[in-house]
Amino acid sequence: MLKLDEIQKRLLREVADLHKVPEGAYNIRSNGKSAGRESTENIEIIPREDGQGLTVRIKAGTKNESVHIPVVMTESGIKEIVYNDFYIGEDADIIIVAGCGIDNCGNQDSEHDGIHRFFVGRNARVKYVEKHYGSGEGKGKRILNPGTEVYLEENGSMEMEMVQIKGVDDTLRTTKAELKTASRLVVRERLMTHGDQRAISTYVVDLMGEGSSADVVSRSVARDSSYQKFDAKLIGNAACSGHTECDSIIMDRGRILAVPGLEANNVDAALVHEAAIGKIAGEQIIKLMTLGLTEAEAEEQIINGFLK
Amino acid sequence: MLELKNISFMVNDDNNDKEIIRDVSFTVPDGELIAITGPNGGGKSTLAKLIAGIENPSSGRIIFNGEDITDISITDRAKRGIGFAFQQPVKFKGIQVFDLIKLASGKNISMTDACSFLSEVGLCARDYIDREVNASLSGGELKRIEIATLLARKPLLSVFDEPEAGIDLWSFNNLIEVFHGMRENIEDSSILIISHQERILDIADEIIVLKDGMVSVKGKRDEVLPHILGTSSAVPECRKGAMKPKGEDIC
Repeated sequence: MLKLDEIQKRLLREVADLHKVPEGAYNIRSNGKSAGRESTENIEIIPREDGQGLTVRIKAGTKNESVHIPVVMTESGIKEIVYNDFYIGEDADIIIVAGCGIDNCGNQDSEHDGIHRFFVGRNARVKYVEKHYGSGEGKGKRILNPGTEVYLEENGSMEMEMVQIKGVDDTLRTTKAELKTASRLVVRERLMTHGDQRAISTYVVDLMGEGSSADVVSRSVARDSSYQKFDAKLIGNAACSGHTECDSIIMDRGRILAVPGLEANNVDAALVHEAAIGKIAGEQIIKLMTLGLTEAEAEEQIINGFLK
Repeated sequence: MLELKNISFMVNDDNNDKEIIRDVSFTVPDGELIAITGPNGGGKSTLAKLIAGIENPSSGRIIFNGEDITDISITDRAKRGIGFAFQQPVKFKGIQVFDLIKLASGKNISMTDACSFLSEVGLCARDYIDREVNASLSGGELKRIEIATLLARKPLLSVFDEPEAGIDLWSFNNLIEVFHGMRENIEDSSILIISHQERILDIADEIIVLKDGMVSVKGKRDEVLPHILGTSSAVPECRKGAMKPKGEDIC
């Protein structure tokens, strides 16, 4: 039976919008161990023998089902690497909700490195949602280093929504994707860093098949003395289309480095990048002040909207 | 009631002090619609910004409902009941039309209430309520959303800075109807519109002509309008390029 304390429940709400045990297939990992697991007829969750991860198999043709695999950590000083592999059968249409919440009240660093591989079958569609959240007053850092690999078969599609708004001290995110004929990858990353936090996000998207497309968009806010690096590289090896965008707001002493990269190895590859970094436009603040908001309230609304 | 007392405003342009507004005084009484017109560069928009608190006068006082508001912030003026519609509506990434109208109302209003304000400005609410207030909207759409935020805010004094700028003829006709409606329901509030359009000037109680930063003519509509008709201060219809040297507006 699944037993979670209040902090763990709060973390689950933050990272997976879960208020109770999810419906459908799930695995909840808490402080390095599985705290509950359920497979369904179409979705099989198999733990790895070493305990460090899962193999998730989704049957061909599975529609409108979801898999939740949240991770919560509340003990200080845990460092773990978890390998999760997802095999999504042909024609499936599913939602995968991951996410990691760390509450570190201690003085030792807590680190979770989730290495996810997605093998998306022909015509399959996947929506992947991943939220990262950190809390706790301890001096120990909250560290998350997600590594994601996506392999899209013909006409497969994957939409990834990745959110990290609060409390994670250090992140190194690496995402790699290979796209076959007519497959499609959409990435929406939202990031906010505070204090002395550091977040690095690297993408390498290889458009291998004819008619494949990728759209990688990051919106981020760097506050206080935080630092972000967004490094997105699209490689067009066929008649394909790719777009990458980094749109960022800097505040206080925040710093952002955007490194958009395009490599076209085929004359019919159409690749575009956009990058914009700047502070909040003064006229936006003034407009909201004429609606009765204070300057601080106006800033908050503008950032909330920007990261929505 | 709004009172401007001997307002002057200087800017420093290439190390030369330039007086944009020179000793301007006038009153906007409750229940009245006052229009300010005059040639481009005459200081009209600056005057509107001075009233909203976006700029601060070099000298003179601004009194609103008996209180000296000259030194208070934009936020505090908004809280006292001054509403301001920008000439160039501000765009936001991610903030939706509904968010903006809700913020303007200052309350947790329902989607239905927000939609009613959009309908008032002639926008099909269903098509707009979820849209982002960004460059995907046309100039006319942004302008009407800007006016809808003022309707939602229900200010005691509404200041419109050239509501006709940057919009198409169809939107302009709709806008005139909106102002007619506001004029009829003015009650204890008041409206100040900066405009060159004869059809807007035509619903004003009083017209002020601002030229070279000074009030050159001021009086009841029927006294002032005949003297300025056909000049750049009162453009009869939408004549392309008639008032904007850049020719950027249809209207």
